Amino acid sequence: MRNELLKLLSTNARYTVEQLAVILAATPEAVAAEIDALEKQGVICGYKTVIDWEKVDATSVSAIIELNVVPKADLGFEEVAERVASYPEVEAVYLMSGGYDLNVVVKGKNLQEVSRFVARELATIDSVTSTATHFVMRRYKEMDVKLIERDKDDRGTFLL
Amino acid sequence: MMDYSKILSDTVQNIKPSGIRKFFDIAATMDDVISLGVGEPDFQTPWSVRKAGITSLEKGKTKYTSNSGLLELRREISNYIKRKCTVEYDPTREILISVGGSEAIDATLRAIITPGDEVIIPQPSYVCYEPITQLVGGVPVIIETLAENDFKVTPEQLKNAISEKTKALILPYPCNPTGAIMEKADLEELAEILRDTNIVVISDEIYSELTFAEHDHVSIASIDGMRERTILINGFSKTFSMTGWRLGFACGPQEIISQVTKIHQFAIMCAPTTAQYAAIEALRNCDEAVADMKAEYNRRRRLIVDGFNKAGLTCREPKGAFYAFPCIKSTGLTSEEFCERLLEAKHVAVVPGTAFGQGGEGFVRASYCYSTEHIIEALRRIDEFVKEIQK
Repeated sequence: MRNELLKLLSTNARYTVEQLAVILAATPEAVAAEIDALEKQGVICGYKTVIDWEKVDATSVSAIIELNVVPKADLGFEEVAERVASYPEVEAVYLMSGGYDLNVVVKGKNLQEVSRFVARELATIDSVTSTATHFVMRRYKEMDVKLIERDKDDRGTFLL
Repeated sequence: MMDYSKILSDTVQNIKPSGIRKFFDIAATMDDVISLGVGEPDFQTPWSVRKAGITSLEKGKTKYTSNSGLLELRREISNYIKRKCTVEYDPTREILISVGGSEAIDATLRAIITPGDEVIIPQPSYVCYEPITQLVGGVPVIIETLAENDFKVTPEQLKNAISEKTKALILPYPCNPTGAIMEKADLEELAEILRDTNIVVISDEIYSELTFAEHDHVSIASIDGMRERTILINGFSKTFSMTGWRLGFACGPQEIISQVTKIHQFAIMCAPTTAQYAAIEALRNCDEAVADMKAEYNRRRRLIVDGFNKAGLTCREPKGAFYAFPCIKSTGLTSEEFCERLLEAKHVAVVPGTAFGQGGEGFVRASYCYSTEHIIEALRRIDEFVKEIQK
């Protein structure tokens, strides 16, 4: 049940326990218990809504920042990663293979705010040796959800 | 002024047009119709299959294939049927690749029926069997399958329908619109009756992969004594979401297939070449994609059956295809009234059971080839509608 349940919740976090129970051919109690366990184990870490903010507030801006970091002796990149992750402006932090170390996604009210954040909070971290900021111009797809025009169902209404 | 009624064939003019024309027209005037009315998958054809088709075009594979279809594809079909149905068909003589399962049914009937022959057709079932039978000069003999028999053909019903004029029995399982399946024991009972006759079974198994029961789909061709009198028809439309590609096949004894192929050769030449190349890829590499689609259909199936039952419209569990066939008698409306009023009041489209035969009166067909969100919203509106009716 676990994998199927996780797949369902990852496509739609708003399924009710009753709906999940029907879909999975399980009891609502079993489903609720499994969700509970997955939350406690840290497998399910949160429930978010995918919003096209451009339609709400055209000035808000996101940036992807590439950080190069000098890793610490015993801690590696952990310390820096955790510090960066603790900022509310930071939406995502990933340790990367390849040309740079940490990929950081930052969201701000406008371009200046994001720039200021990078310059004051990220670039100034001791082990950060360089930053490269790339601003997101347009979002097409996020968390497996298309933000651009949804696929139309061109099958019509009836077909025998 | 031309009098076209004198020009058109009597047979054609006597075939009744589809009963749901008026629903098309009503729905066309509405913007936000939530439809549960279509009979084709919402999934895309798996990418590797589309790619194989595209590649074949890039390579210039645009000529006719052999009348029977690409031998490579027939070999794959032979392997597939052996794997799934445990029946062996010689790809060089016993398999024809057709333009959808539809053409296979049509050509097979044309190969078998002499005008006046009777063709037993279970209903409610897909709308094409009766008209195609009539067009060929056959006489349809309808078996009304019943909800209390899970819409299966019973041995008693079969015995009563057989006369000395019976030439063919159409067995469409898993069934559109009822979602019914026939299991091994059910088929063995029918085989008992058919074994010593000259009745040909035309087994339309297009929904075979969508079987949601303890056991996988069983073909009547695999039952003792039935292979020599069965034409097994299947295709790619529903299994691989390839409806628009128009590709199917017929398997059977070479004595029959050779004649069906003769008709196909004159009328069609060959099935679409691009589709054939794509289908080879489908049979070779898409087991996982098919399993994923089936699992998704199964989730939706549970949701929709539960939803109808909770709304007070008894829905027996459909074990095949992608249709639910709830009973709407509790509303006191006829099938057509129910569909018309539901469409007008709630902009939800379902198909009246009567579109599939008189035995469909009191039922409606709801497809679950839609996303769960779509189904949930449709069910919510149907629930409201039923409550409003019962006030």
